[in-house]
Amino acid sequence: MSQQVEAGEEEELHSHPEPRQYIKVAIFLAVVTAVEVAIYYVPALRALLVPILIVLAVIKFLFVARWFMHLRFDSKIFQRFFVTGVLLAMTVFAVVLLFYFTHGGPAPVAR
Amino acid sequence: MSAQEAALASTQEHHTSTGLDNTKMVMWAFLGSECLFFGSLITTYLLYRSTVLPDSGPVPSEIYDIPYTSVSSFVLLMSSLTMVLALSSSQRGDMRGMRIWLLATALLGVTFVGGQIFEFTDFVHEGLTLGSSPAGSAFFVLTGFHGAHVSVGILMLLSLVGMSMSDKLQPGAARKVELIGLYWHFVDIVWVVIFTVVYLIPLE
Amino acid sequence: MATAALFERRGFMSRPSATTGWWSWVTTVDHKKIGILYGFTAFIFFLIGGIEALAIRAQLAGPDGTILDADTYNQLFTMHGITMIFLVVMPMGVGLMNYFIPLMIGARDVAFPRLNAFSYWVFALGGLFLYSSFVLGGAPSGGWFGYAPLNRELPNYGMTFYSLGLQMLGVASLAGAVNFIITILNMRAPGMTLMRMPVFIWMSLVTSFLLLFAMPIIAVALFQLMFDRAYGANFFNPAEGGDPILWQHLFWLFGHPEVYIMILPAMGIVSEVLPTFARKPIFGYAAIVFAGIAIGFMGWGVWAHHMFTTGLGPVANAAFALSTMFIAVPTGIKIFNWIGTLWGGSIEFKPPLMFSLGFVSMFIIGGLSGVTHSIVPHDAQQQDTYYIVAHFHYVLFGGAIFGLFSGIYYWWPKIFGRYLSNGLGHLHFWLMLIGFNLTFGPFHILGLQGMPRRISVYPDEMGWNFWNLISTIGSGVIAASVLVFILNAVRTRTKGEEAGADPWDGRTLEWSVPSPPPAYNFAEEPVVRHRDDFWHTKYIEVPEKSPRRVLAGGANGHDEHSEHGHIHLPSPSYFPAMAATGLPVMGYGVIYNDTGASWPLIVSGILIIMLSLFGWVLEPSVHEE
Repeated sequence: MSQQVEAGEEEELHSHPEPRQYIKVAIFLAVVTAVEVAIYYVPALRALLVPILIVLAVIKFLFVARWFMHLRFDSKIFQRFFVTGVLLAMTVFAVVLLFYFTHGGPAPVAR
Repeated sequence: MSAQEAALASTQEHHTSTGLDNTKMVMWAFLGSECLFFGSLITTYLLYRSTVLPDSGPVPSEIYDIPYTSVSSFVLLMSSLTMVLALSSSQRGDMRGMRIWLLATALLGVTFVGGQIFEFTDFVHEGLTLGSSPAGSAFFVLTGFHGAHVSVGILMLLSLVGMSMSDKLQPGAARKVELIGLYWHFVDIVWVVIFTVVYLIPLE
Repeated sequence: MATAALFERRGFMSRPSATTGWWSWVTTVDHKKIGILYGFTAFIFFLIGGIEALAIRAQLAGPDGTILDADTYNQLFTMHGITMIFLVVMPMGVGLMNYFIPLMIGARDVAFPRLNAFSYWVFALGGLFLYSSFVLGGAPSGGWFGYAPLNRELPNYGMTFYSLGLQMLGVASLAGAVNFIITILNMRAPGMTLMRMPVFIWMSLVTSFLLLFAMPIIAVALFQLMFDRAYGANFFNPAEGGDPILWQHLFWLFGHPEVYIMILPAMGIVSEVLPTFARKPIFGYAAIVFAGIAIGFMGWGVWAHHMFTTGLGPVANAAFALSTMFIAVPTGIKIFNWIGTLWGGSIEFKPPLMFSLGFVSMFIIGGLSGVTHSIVPHDAQQQDTYYIVAHFHYVLFGGAIFGLFSGIYYWWPKIFGRYLSNGLGHLHFWLMLIGFNLTFGPFHILGLQGMPRRISVYPDEMGWNFWNLISTIGSGVIAASVLVFILNAVRTRTKGEEAGADPWDGRTLEWSVPSPPPAYNFAEEPVVRHRDDFWHTKYIEVPEKSPRRVLAGGANGHDEHSEHGHIHLPSPSYFPAMAATGLPVMGYGVIYNDTGASWPLIVSGILIIMLSLFGWVLEPSVHEE
């Protein structure tokens, strides 16, 4: 990594999506949101609600990150900064929550 | 190289060891850091979401208005679209288009924050406050910090418009718009997580 | 290109341009000056923290001490801890990182010079803000770790100062961290690949990543505490169902990486000093680098070892006991590599080396007591006793402080152009080593004898009198050693022997420039072909023989500025310092939130920050005359 590359040249090498591609992504995101809300109200799906919601949220997350934030097209280094933060947060906080929920949860619940 | 050219070079993109722009790298590093910030807030909420003693106000999930929050989530999601259209305009040199899309983004952001404020006043009337219970504390501090981040974003968007109108955005307008855009999309992503984890996922 | 518009000065304040005088220090964006500011400020806080320690030791010299009442004692031990951690070890490390990262990678400055200045001013003002608590109702008195629910129950403003002051310091650290990360990744001289970087640079990089990800967690905990104390929230209020253990999780998720943040820069320094004074390359460069990275990763997996006595359950306890034992492995690798560096070397026992040797030996002791903590039943005995106090002083004083002094003696000639006296340096070292062991060695015994932490008096019949007295005497010896250092530093300003560019026959790039370095660091950007490239410009390695000196190689002591025309450096700026002042203003607004001044102060603080940021963003980083 010792080459002195003109910063910004890297950008030119990658194509930017056309506005209409962005609009397609936005429509997709809107549809996913609508699905999330719809599922919330379908009693038959209650049992699967949480996993489905999580999956849908992850999908939205990925689409915004990879398309709108351009990670799909950019240097992997940017992705690494972000992914490290996300994975670290998910891991340590999952452990913290595990501490609680394997011991019957946090402080007494009112209801 | 003349003195002016050298000075110009030092304020613009320099040669870097990775070939990547310094400010863009800073923004990504900062966003990585923000994951831990919001992660802590979300975890606190997950812990406390039903921690309400008797006669201490409502449990937050009992008073959520999902359709209402869905609309504001949609608004924020669409603001990411207008943001990326602003970037696209700036990359093509269409400064007027950029300003319009930036203003649209800011407007959608204001709508979102306005919706939040309306929602919060409603909750307060129903007895859910910062001090009513740990659940109330966790809810308001999480959503409050998110709203504060959106508000800072709106200020930055308006600053970009102002700078563009007084011809202070060039050279490098596209880069600046890109940086604010990254911040804005991140704040949107955080809301994607909050909407699912806080509002949609039921208590039991 | 709108060049003219770019440099048009339409502001109401003209750009500062002073390069000398006190105002130039306020507006400087030069990493070297900022490094000196950090070092000087950290040293002042070291003296203050030391006086706090001396007061503690005076109170505990004998049983039934009457010098300090309990509340004053609590403030002193709390502020001693906060000071030494946040206002001494961290900023001193950052100061050396600031000064030497650009020089060691062949750069002219850090990536964001104004952000760098901002970091310093937020730190300095944050420290002052914290200390103002002493005269505004009382300093924080809940321990540096501020456990809940005491942290929210303690009356007066102390713990609110704690929540806000540490928050400000966190902002400074985070800003510094991003700056160093981008500097190290993006501003290396041509040819300096990652695996050719000095170990100090690697350790600084890992430290900065730890800061990047750990600071936000404590930020949340501190905000939650602030909301509890000042705005009626219930995060840690057991009466409303809040859980004090949540504070501990959030605090130690930050707190454990924090101890690696404190030790890694010192380990980096030692990894530079040992090769220089053994005249051998570092043994096992790759292993040391990867061990440092491993410590960075693994440091995230051990936090609950601070919570073994909170009832986490056997599974959690066992898991964290194992992860804590494992983290000793990369540290052990480093220690073996340092010993390997010295082995067979041509050793010069100068003060920088003495302090590094002190680091290695004292850190081994501290590390060993740390391993005993990892055994959960043993920790149940040790927790909240002086045994723990012994452990962390051995690693933080015997480790970090000795390592930082090693760096100070090593790099002093480069920074100031004069040597510190060797004789006084040796005296300082031996007094400090003896005093340190006299003070903290007995804590192992006292802890195992059951003496609890954080007590302001102990009764006569406990059997603790003798070792407490020894410890107090030891603290006096430490104080004497620090006076020796101060004498050394003051004397050297006028009587110090002048040092050239390369006083130690060094290996790394900072020794290739004059002492002190010119503002632009390098007249010509160096091109790097080897690890320890500077050494290779001076010596040709001959197998089985001593390296052969290259006649033309080495440092250029002359200022080549005139030969290379103007090198444009970032210009000084008001805005970083100005922006920094906004934070304490907001802080006082929160402190006094029960008065009418509260919102005006908070809003003023926000406005100061916003206006400063506007000015900062709109001014070009280089001011064209």
